[in-house]
Amino acid sequence: MAAQLKSGRAAGRSRPPTWLGSGRRLRLAGTFLKIGALNELQYRVNFFLSLVQSVVAVSTALVVLALVFWHTDSLGGWSSDELLVIMGVYVLMGGLIRSVIQPNMQQLMTDVEEGTLDYILTKPEDAQLLISVRRFQIWQAVDVFVGLALVAVALVRLSDPLNVSSVLAFAVALVLGALDIYCFWLILTTGAFYPTWLRIGFTFLVPLGFAVTVPASALTGRLSGWLLLGALGFTAALMAFTRWFWRRGLKNYSGASA
Amino acid sequence: MRTAVQTQFQYRTANYAYLLGMIAEPVIYLVVWQTVAGSQGGAVEGITAGQFAAYYIVWTLVRNMNIVFTPYGWEDRIRNGLLSGMLVRPVHPIHYDLAFFAGWKFVAIVLWLPIAAVLVLIFRPTFDVNALEAGVFLIAIWGAYLIRSMLLWVLGMVTFWTTRVSALYDLYFTAELLLSGRLLPLALLPAWAATVADVLPFKYTFGYPIEVLAGDLSTAELFIGLGLQAVWIGVGALLVAVVWRFGVRRYSAVGN
Repeated sequence: MAAQLKSGRAAGRSRPPTWLGSGRRLRLAGTFLKIGALNELQYRVNFFLSLVQSVVAVSTALVVLALVFWHTDSLGGWSSDELLVIMGVYVLMGGLIRSVIQPNMQQLMTDVEEGTLDYILTKPEDAQLLISVRRFQIWQAVDVFVGLALVAVALVRLSDPLNVSSVLAFAVALVLGALDIYCFWLILTTGAFYPTWLRIGFTFLVPLGFAVTVPASALTGRLSGWLLLGALGFTAALMAFTRWFWRRGLKNYSGASA
Repeated sequence: MRTAVQTQFQYRTANYAYLLGMIAEPVIYLVVWQTVAGSQGGAVEGITAGQFAAYYIVWTLVRNMNIVFTPYGWEDRIRNGLLSGMLVRPVHPIHYDLAFFAGWKFVAIVLWLPIAAVLVLIFRPTFDVNALEAGVFLIAIWGAYLIRSMLLWVLGMVTFWTTRVSALYDLYFTAELLLSGRLLPLALLPAWAATVADVLPFKYTFGYPIEVLAGDLSTAELFIGLGLQAVWIGVGALLVAVVWRFGVRRYSAVGN
């Protein structure tokens, strides 16, 4: 087994460094997500539970927002409707984390603990891609739509004319933000290969703040082209680092039978 | 209780990481309200930035005192049959939880002191404490601990009847967040909501002990608060006894 793994890893290193560029791999990811969704569709009651929890969480946040703005008209230069945009993006990102990112990372951690990651490493496909798309808790994705609805309501209330470019910038920033969060989660999870102190700390607050405020800034007309470009560069660098860190982690991994 | 102190001191780093993570919550509230105070000319409803700082720094200690056996833990206890072991002991199982978490409190307080010092340096609170307030505070935080322990025990025991409890817990914790003084000083609530908060127990686990030290309550208010805490401890004990009596009949052990 160990010998197989070594050769597998050697083959992995000779592959091109990016895995997003290939259409075949995107199709593979799509298939995996579909299987994950079908798996979850067996448990329909969970949909209503997710919905109830989502409603409770969002109404709590709305009440908090109302309470704060009962005492003031603007908070750090943001009006209540602008903060509603932020809240919507936050809820959306939370839904994304709980439906795709967190389940996959938890599965990865279990696999590392139990040594079952071996099965992934022996498959003839990039391991980072495989571990990222195995699970899909579709009911948690309710929050993605709730978040979008909040953003829509806030935009109607703001009644600023929206132009195509700011909507585009919003979409781009949203994707970048999601990628950033994915990278930080993978780094933290891969960090489990290392001593625990490396994982401790609230590093995740930084990308979360970044991933939420940049898209929200795009919609409320606070985002300059340069900032978006900076976000693009940051995300690219972060993805490259994540890739490198993941590989280093894999080298530290010794299978269950070793 | 001694065992809990010793057990928890072994995990100094873990306990510290936990404390630091917990500080994020009050710091966010504090920054928000200090910002609001700043934009409203220095005070919101008469509460100044320094008083907000005092409120949320005391908050961190009260919150530590408030951590008790979580209702989410009941599912595990019941499903894995852990409760069976507790049932054969000669005392009511709540004594075990009360003592275990009380022991942990001493560790938490020791670890909390340096964090409080840092927060004081950063946020510049204004404190005006006399000996009576300090004394009442020392009693009130243990009152808060007992009340919250028992309320969450009652809530957790719902698991005897159904395991689909997460939505119920969410509602409970939301009500607690808004009406206890955890999110904001109760003086900032609309009048009708503050009235609702007055007749619920949540206030006596957060807002009241915090205001004893950070606010400026009259001597009468201090003692009325302690009295009402005693009332809620009585109500809590009664609820625990009654719900336990009926709940434990529904329990059949797993794994014999």
